[in-house]
Amino acid sequence: MSERKLPMAGTSDGAGAGAVEPAGTASSGGVGSGSDASSVRLVGTLAVAGALAGLAIVLVFQWAQPRIEIYQAKVLAEAVTEVLGGPERYETIFLEDGAFTAAPRGDTASMDRVYVGYGADGGAVGIAVAAAEPGFQDVIRVLFGYDPATGNVLGMKVLESKETPGLGDKIEKDSVFVAAFSGVASPIVGVKKGQGSGLDAEVVMITGATISSRAVIDIINHRLEAIGEAMTAYWASRPLPEGEEGS
Amino acid sequence: MKATTPRQDLVRGIWKENPVLIQLLGLCPALAVTNSVENSLAMGLATFFVLLGSSVLVSLLKKWIPKEVRISAYILIIATFVTIADLVLNAVVPEIHKALGAFIALIVVNCMILGRQEAFASKYPVGRAVLDAAGTGAGFLIALVIMGSVRELLGNGSFLGVPVFGPDFEPWIIMILPPGGFFTLGFILLGFGWWKERKAQQVRPRRWPHGVTTEVEEAA
Repeated sequence: MSERKLPMAGTSDGAGAGAVEPAGTASSGGVGSGSDASSVRLVGTLAVAGALAGLAIVLVFQWAQPRIEIYQAKVLAEAVTEVLGGPERYETIFLEDGAFTAAPRGDTASMDRVYVGYGADGGAVGIAVAAAEPGFQDVIRVLFGYDPATGNVLGMKVLESKETPGLGDKIEKDSVFVAAFSGVASPIVGVKKGQGSGLDAEVVMITGATISSRAVIDIINHRLEAIGEAMTAYWASRPLPEGEEGS
Repeated sequence: MKATTPRQDLVRGIWKENPVLIQLLGLCPALAVTNSVENSLAMGLATFFVLLGSSVLVSLLKKWIPKEVRISAYILIIATFVTIADLVLNAVVPEIHKALGAFIALIVVNCMILGRQEAFASKYPVGRAVLDAAGTGAGFLIALVIMGSVRELLGNGSFLGVPVFGPDFEPWIIMILPPGGFFTLGFILLGFGWWKERKAQQVRPRRWPHGVTTEVEEAA
């Protein structure tokens, strides 16, 4: 019964298309073989088309995926370098059963992880930690360096944000705000411009971007609340490089 | 209705039937991602690629696509090209891919692309379908770049990231925010409409100033 209706739909579509596309002759009507198409043929056509489309996408995916991963690793490496002040190399450690370890027993894919940076002399210089929480528009992802020995934040870099251009996105671009995270004590206290009292833990928030600034500070504080102790414990018991007698 | 020459197939989409400025199709990306010239170019090129690829396939396969399921088949073809464009952009220009976000995936539902399949590619041989798709895609690209240029110049004082007005220029931040998209499109359409009306009056002074639709029919 539907086959009786569909050709009419086709014709009216042709006329509708003619209004948009004057060069197209409405009389040429629909496409394809006519009205005698069986359901099997309809389903079969779409199934074959779907399979071919899937194949094409898989081929492109296989080409693209390694490149995407290389790029992501590069972005991460640059960010770790930046927030730890240029370490010689870094190592990923995983949170397993409440403690950080460089050699986890389980599957690492679902584990929380941080990046320990090592200086030229082989000593650890700090830990880079990724964290994300909602900002003003959408989730803000940051990476920050942390020194468990002193409890200071070493640096901060925004990895991803959709904050308002010209206002909230200053959390990435405002060099004074970004620099304020180098060497600030934790937990960080956000203060408004001109209202600071000179404490080590103070970061002056950006005028016009208070919510985004506050979000960055909260993201770091919350993350340190959650895994700060585990990082300190790892730091105290970490394998020391040869020839070094603790720090 | 007269038959069209290949040149008309190509040029039609760029000017007389520009998808954004005349047909008012594909306005969602035109408003959303034109906050810089770079983003406009990337969006325009991605859409161009999808439109061209889809039109070629639809035109080649038109005999095998039963008309009862043609829309599903077109969407399947378009979605395949969009996914490919999405992956390629992510692999080759990841920064731009990040800036365009979800709007790449949303090319699938750009009515301009489906419109060209239904109205043109499914009825004409592949050569003409390519010309039509290239023209329409170029028209879309041009419209986006015009909007992106205006918004980036005023909203950021730069063109393709290069500062133009010097350090004393205070950017009109609103131009790179969503309202700036509406302002820009509004003024461009106003200018376009005024120009068309003037032209129509020059040709035929007593002509009913009805605007877009009449003009498009006239153009064919």
